[in-house]
Amino acid sequence: MSLTLFAAITVFVLSLLVGIEVIGKVPATLHTPLMSGANSIHGIVLVGAMLVTATAHNVAGYALGFAAVAFGAANVVGGYVVTDRMLHMFRARPARPTESTSERGRSS
Amino acid sequence: MTGLQTILGYVYLAAGACFVLGLHLMNSPATARRGNLLSATAMAAAVAATVALIVDNGTITATGWIVMLTGAALGASAGLYAARTVQMTAMPQLVSLFNAVGGGAAALLAVNHLVQNRGVTELGARFTVPAAVDILVGAVTFTGSLIAAGKLQSILPGRPIVFGGARVTNALLALCFGAGGVWLVVRPDSVAALLLLLTAALIFGVTMVLPIGGADMPVVISLLNAFTGTAVAMAGFVLDQAVLIVAGALVGASGAILTKLMADAMNRSIANIVVGGFGTGDDTAAVVAGGGATVHAVSADDVAIQLAYASKVIIVPGYGLAAAQAQHELADLAQTLEDHGVRVDYAIHPVAGRMPGHMNVLLAEANVPYPLMKDLEEINPEFPHADVALVIGANDVTNPAARRPGNAISGMPILDVDRAKRVIVIKRSMGHGYAGIDNELYTDPKTGMFFADAKNALTTLNAAVRTLVG
Repeated sequence: MSLTLFAAITVFVLSLLVGIEVIGKVPATLHTPLMSGANSIHGIVLVGAMLVTATAHNVAGYALGFAAVAFGAANVVGGYVVTDRMLHMFRARPARPTESTSERGRSS
Repeated sequence: MTGLQTILGYVYLAAGACFVLGLHLMNSPATARRGNLLSATAMAAAVAATVALIVDNGTITATGWIVMLTGAALGASAGLYAARTVQMTAMPQLVSLFNAVGGGAAALLAVNHLVQNRGVTELGARFTVPAAVDILVGAVTFTGSLIAAGKLQSILPGRPIVFGGARVTNALLALCFGAGGVWLVVRPDSVAALLLLLTAALIFGVTMVLPIGGADMPVVISLLNAFTGTAVAMAGFVLDQAVLIVAGALVGASGAILTKLMADAMNRSIANIVVGGFGTGDDTAAVVAGGGATVHAVSADDVAIQLAYASKVIIVPGYGLAAAQAQHELADLAQTLEDHGVRVDYAIHPVAGRMPGHMNVLLAEANVPYPLMKDLEEINPEFPHADVALVIGANDVTNPAARRPGNAISGMPILDVDRAKRVIVIKRSMGHGYAGIDNELYTDPKTGMFFADAKNALTTLNAAVRTLVG
């Protein structure tokens, strides 16, 4: 898959505008999950890191690939899990009875 | 392009579309969780497609597989562990760390691309310019986010760290990464240029965030989030992957919007915050104001009577509440009042926490239903109808002085707490807020000051109200 520079810039500019349009509608209540959710989206660097590791053929390439894949994987997995955990807590009505409100381990 | 590559191209496109739809579903708390799941599914599909592509290409070595799988396993378990165990009060640190790893990974991709193509392919400006920008922004984000996380976690002092010659140092560093960047674009195979750019950018990340105070962190995190997005988009240009460009642009847009919102809510320009050196970094400074104005101190029983006989109470939580970890005690008190028929709402200022929307998450964790959490525009017209406004750990954002010109917070959007019929402020002392000025609300005749630690105060109040209403 090869993009011309012009096509790449077009994709970038239009995505930026779509992002502004869509994200401008997110209520203030959800700004923290929004940011951690957006964080997981930029975990897509994992895909780039995997592609790069696949073409590595020397120690430098392996080392850089390893670090990039590890960073990307932490970003993707951690980001989605923590966002889900937060969104799970947002309820329209209080959950009753209000038993122990410790959040640990309630991420399911 | 083989048939498989075409199919995978469409998978990436679908993933990009699902990221947008996932963000769109975040426009309501009712659908947001589904949006996140959709986005996660799209990500899983993109990763699976990538594995298929790598198998099909067949260029990967056995060592490559081992490196990739161990890296992924290690990163995924670290991310999972952090995500499952983090306290909600520590969310800003975690998001900051994710910014760091995202930006770091994006920078590594560009470094790797340059190193691997050294002496193999002549890279044109089409690749080297985005590569240089990627390395610069990614490296600044990496160290900057680590410093921000350190400040938020109190590993580093929250106050602005200013050192002599900081401005000169920053100017020199900017010169270094500027020169390194241009050099790298002209000579993509120069290791010296790469190292110069990388080192200067890494140091700049540190010197940029150190002088910024802890209370400015909502802006810093948002800004670094926008940086990470930019770095990822640039990595997409370097690797010729549209899906990275789309994802990076979306995150960049989100970070930019939030940065603007936070800076507006603080009444400061982004440039002013980044220059730093402002504020003590915490609103818990225990300065006892001498001032001539009389302060009306109240007891728990006075407050309990007022709350129990009110028909409408607005709670104004601030960072002090989160710092005291008292959100559960607050929710319990609110529950007691609601059971007694009192209408309770929460007024949440955009900078009530350490990151955008942080207070909402803390309240949600304490089982406060989200329809009760009102933002500034929504709640301000409600204050004149409130019998009691209960302020806990919030200071500057309630100061009516903001409506007058000529002081540190002039023009700052505030919560109109002083328009409620009665005001109760729970506070440890008469300490100043982050802007360092007296809060006129505290000396208002209708304000009662309840001097106590938030957690104890709320527990005592809850008990007192319960005795009253039986």
